[in-house]
Amino acid sequence: MSPPEASAVAAPEIVIAPPERWRPIDLRELWAHRELIYFLTKRELQIRYKQSFFGISWALLQPLIFAGVFALFFGVIAKIQPPGDLPYAVFAVAGIVPWLFTSTAIQQGAGSLVLDANLIAKVYFPRLALPISKGLSLIIDLLIALPIVIIVILLYGVGIASTIWLVPAFLLLGVVTAFALATFLAAVNVKYRDVQLVVPMLIQILFFASPVLYPGTAVGDTSGHAWSYIYSINPMASVLDGMRWALIDGQPYPGTANILISVGSALLLLLGSLLYFRRAEDFFADVI
Amino acid sequence: MSKPAIEVKGVSKRFEIGNTAGGYMLLTEQITERVRRRGRRPKGQEFWALRDVDFEVKQGETFGVIGHNGAGKSTLLKILSRITPPTVGEARLRGRVGALLEVGTGFHPELTGRENVFLNGAILNMRRAEIQRRFDEIIEFADIGPFIDTPVKRYSSGMQLRLAFSVAAHLEPEILIVDEVLSVGDVAFQQKCLDRMEDVSREGRTIVFISHNLGSVRNLCDRAMLLSRGRVNAIGGVGEVIREYVGEVERDLPRSLRERENRDGSGELRFVDMHLERDGQVIDSPTTGEDCDIVLSYEAERERPFRTVNFGISIFSLEDSTPLLHLTSETSGAVFRQVPPRGEARCRLDNCPLPAGQYFMSITADLAGEMLDGVHRAFEMTVAGGDFYGSGRQPHPDHRTVLVPHEWTVTEPSSRPELEAPPADSAYRAKTSA
Repeated sequence: MSPPEASAVAAPEIVIAPPERWRPIDLRELWAHRELIYFLTKRELQIRYKQSFFGISWALLQPLIFAGVFALFFGVIAKIQPPGDLPYAVFAVAGIVPWLFTSTAIQQGAGSLVLDANLIAKVYFPRLALPISKGLSLIIDLLIALPIVIIVILLYGVGIASTIWLVPAFLLLGVVTAFALATFLAAVNVKYRDVQLVVPMLIQILFFASPVLYPGTAVGDTSGHAWSYIYSINPMASVLDGMRWALIDGQPYPGTANILISVGSALLLLLGSLLYFRRAEDFFADVI
Repeated sequence: MSKPAIEVKGVSKRFEIGNTAGGYMLLTEQITERVRRRGRRPKGQEFWALRDVDFEVKQGETFGVIGHNGAGKSTLLKILSRITPPTVGEARLRGRVGALLEVGTGFHPELTGRENVFLNGAILNMRRAEIQRRFDEIIEFADIGPFIDTPVKRYSSGMQLRLAFSVAAHLEPEILIVDEVLSVGDVAFQQKCLDRMEDVSREGRTIVFISHNLGSVRNLCDRAMLLSRGRVNAIGGVGEVIREYVGEVERDLPRSLRERENRDGSGELRFVDMHLERDGQVIDSPTTGEDCDIVLSYEAERERPFRTVNFGISIFSLEDSTPLLHLTSETSGAVFRQVPPRGEARCRLDNCPLPAGQYFMSITADLAGEMLDGVHRAFEMTVAGGDFYGSGRQPHPDHRTVLVPHEWTVTEPSSRPELEAPPADSAYRAKTSA
């Protein structure tokens, strides 16, 4: 134990004052709390898999089950034909893995603050640590599920595209989108509890507005089509079609303009929700 | 001289009350509300939980904060620990801050003791390396032995508490902010915690200690501050501030029953005064284990005596309004055939069974089920601690509301004696009605 005088010299002076209304994210503070984020992420993973019979294999089973169901109804019965004569099961699994990440992250992220209300009311830490650790724990699931996609592609005898190294970039876009929506909804949820009812509906709408079941080319045949630009405002359009293009041989390129629209829209979303979050977070403890 | 560890200047905190009673609300509610008010901001009532609070705490000092419920203690604590920001004003803290509002925050039942120690440590802003280094000490202090790798949900509540406090006790901040967390656990563990606090204080760390327990504030603190309705009422030496607090408690007593307007009943008979006596002497506060008379003076307009008036006294805990005792003349077996139109009703409480603490009393008088007069919260009193059992010991504060005389025996199964005396409980009842 160091004598208090010595440490007091080195200790920072904390100034507590009424907050500015709009503030940027304090990255240094988040970094200072990296161990908390680590343990919160670990907690998420431990709790999720501790009491389930299949344990970590849920991360694999879930997308496979969905892909099977979609392949049956949309591939076999409704006969949706993905571009490039791709078997529908391959098409589906490549969309479902990132989609499941996004939808789960939005859903769980939106509830992350309210779920840990007790922490917020009793301890100080950067509140963003809660949605961040929720997101990180789901990224781990996503990484576990990704090899499934590659295995399914190879099982169907389809080739892996040479652009596979771009997959992380499209996934990152998905992560940003999910995180932006989740933090915004989480902050609103603290004040208005009926957000919990809105979230599943929102995810449903996003599901139909994103190329999970159907290819994005169904919206505009050519990437220069005006509708396809509007469609790309939903960043998930570029995430899913982009990932299919980057990973699977013979899938159409979503178009640079479309990708840029998606990236811009995701960044705007992120900026807006982080600003809102920072503005709202000071009063979380008072209303939660 | 070094700068003070804590400097608080003009800190105020405002809450909006009224339209957001429960804090959060429904969005749909908010929208209908806005529409109804045609877009104008709904006017909530303002409430200042803290107003212009100024104080300083020197390096290495143990500083107590006392005050009634709702005086703003918790709000101040939340501001100092950065959980909520002030509305106005500024506070400067020099040094690493550890705040302890509740032990075991963030403990998860599914995780093992070990996992929870690390998680809880991280939540309390301890470094992982630091927790690792002190892990064995933490386990030893908590005294949970081989259960460290068992999920916490299988722990007894005592074990959970010990583990949680143990993590907290190994925080090593330069400034420690502690709420009423010491009043948990069994007596031996509490003592361990108090000793630990003293160690921390001797190591030269700065402590802000917020408590209802005047005894521990007096023992631990050098200086103290009294908050009253969000303002600093007194600040200085701990003895002086505690005296001021006790004086405030007494001044706040609603003594003038005659003038009280907020009362129930027909008013045919009215309570006009109430006081406590011991051996014929008026006293301010009864002592646990000593006899006490509660005397109710009443008056009526009429000249004829009443028949069979039933007087009642309910005693509640001041802190959380828990009803503790209901004493009525009827249930005690006393039947008054003739009750004079002016007089005193006296209730003798043998061996006052209330432990040290603050209480309030509500009083009633009814005639054949019809309320004549009823005054809620007619009297507040502070009971001084005494030796109820003559053993010099007190039951655990968390598990007692009133004390009853009782007897213990231990025998072998073969030689179980006939029950000669009635059970302790009925003995007590016999006593109070006598």
